[in-house]
Amino acid sequence: MADVLLAARGLSKSFRGLKAVNDVSFVVNKGEVLALIGPNGAGKTTCFNLLAGAMPPDHGAVILEGRDITGFRADQACRAGIGRTFQVVKPFAGLSVLDNVAVGALNAAKHVGEAKERARAVLDLLDLGHKVDEPASSLTLPDRKRLEVARALATGPKLLLLDEVMAGLRPTECDRLVEILAGLNRRDGLTILLIEHVMRAVMKLAQRIVVLHHGEKIAEGAPEAVVRDPAVLDCYLGEAEL
Amino acid sequence: MKARALLGVLFALLLIAPAAIGAYPLAVLILILHYAYLGIAWNVMMGFAGILSLGHALYVGLGAYVAAALYASFGLPALLGAVPAAVVATLAGLGIGALGFRFRVNGVYFALLTIAFAEFTRILFDHMGWTGGSSGFFLPVEHGHTNLIALRGPPILFYYVALGMTAAAFVASHALMRTRLGYAWLAIREDADSAAASGVDVFRARMAAVAVSSALTSLGGVFYAFYYNNMYPEQIFSMARSIEIILAPIIGGLGTLFGPVLGSFVLTLLGEGTTSLLEHFGLAAPGAKQVIYGLALLVIVMVRPAGLWPWLARRLGVGRDG
Repeated sequence: MADVLLAARGLSKSFRGLKAVNDVSFVVNKGEVLALIGPNGAGKTTCFNLLAGAMPPDHGAVILEGRDITGFRADQACRAGIGRTFQVVKPFAGLSVLDNVAVGALNAAKHVGEAKERARAVLDLLDLGHKVDEPASSLTLPDRKRLEVARALATGPKLLLLDEVMAGLRPTECDRLVEILAGLNRRDGLTILLIEHVMRAVMKLAQRIVVLHHGEKIAEGAPEAVVRDPAVLDCYLGEAEL
Repeated sequence: MKARALLGVLFALLLIAPAAIGAYPLAVLILILHYAYLGIAWNVMMGFAGILSLGHALYVGLGAYVAAALYASFGLPALLGAVPAAVVATLAGLGIGALGFRFRVNGVYFALLTIAFAEFTRILFDHMGWTGGSSGFFLPVEHGHTNLIALRGPPILFYYVALGMTAAAFVASHALMRTRLGYAWLAIREDADSAAASGVDVFRARMAAVAVSSALTSLGGVFYAFYYNNMYPEQIFSMARSIEIILAPIIGGLGTLFGPVLGSFVLTLLGEGTTSLLEHFGLAAPGAKQVIYGLALLVIVMVRPAGLWPWLARRLGVGRDG
């Protein structure tokens, strides 16, 4: 049994009576890549928001390394070790690419100089090293997606939450990002939880998959098994990728 | 480097300027520096942290009244009175900030809150007997001696105090922008959710911006009180003053370091120029200055929405915010 990094226990969240997330439990083990998949509106992003402190859960608990971080604010969750990206990218548009990532790096760095060094290293890793001085507003969508990953990565997370970072990327760009993330996972032992619709990336990266549907967990297991699960196929009926 | 050299030249010119100019131009320069200073102070909140305040007259007024009252009642010199003045203004700012940020009153709604508090305070001072109520509060005018600590002396003393304050505020905001807090402010201005997800405590950083801005602004108020020796609630706490404070940084360039200074030069010279010109032709048009300010704002917002400085800086080939 591997070490548990993060445990979601019975998480629930309703919006005006609509149960977006209903009694969802799963664990993320240290050093693994876990994918959270499900049709649109399944509650994946809400689940992320509960884990990353963007909103508190109605019920349930979030445990990071045995520490109860339920109800932490987003900045507290970040300091506790959860780095996240946003599905709809939220760059600091008026700042340079370097400063965007430096803001994230300040979470782990002692001073601004060190943060800029860290930011440079992370940007190099994500193939954005040649764009450090450009304003973030001038980046294309694929670059913004990478910038979002860079900013989250620069915070020095124990757990990286990636919300559909592959969406909108061309297959070659997608493969490159998968390669980078797989490298981080293998080399540095970075634990990753990703929401993803691009199954090509999920199948390559994820060691396990959790499937949400209508806010509830309907399947969990190894990728090959999950994509053959009748319940999963049923909820995806009509969607081509599975 | 080039930006520093230009700043050095400007500062040197301003240092020797009083030797070359008469009393009226000196008074205009004092006004320019005063509004440049207030603009820098306001810019910390709006330009850097993205918090719109339309009630900065509140901090000017509190600073002015506290320091003036302490001087008049206890003979406390202005430079010492500046400390309680800044404390009172900062507490007021933090109170408004806590109320706004805790209950997620953002953007224009927060601006309305700042207006409301400035107006409450104006009405309060209008009815407060021991500071003279609506008939104003006056400091005794003393001629013939110069005392820097008490801020008593001829206009040239005030000129150098205003220059020193503006330079200090400029250097301080330059330095602040290179700290963790400065980065937090910029991040919040651009996207508060992303800032929080990057580990920035948004509430605390916003409160810090309000504290710095209100404290700096109140010192401008102390200067006002001792320079003009009179204050009326309806003037010092007025909405019009709040607007005047924010015009220079908007016209010069929001969020830039030099924008408020440039904006204040342009605006004050335009305003004073118009007034002098009208007087020259024997016309008295009260409100002409306000019309000019309004026109200047209109033109800038349409032609250079980012302000004059970013455009001028590119022309001069110096750093955008130098």
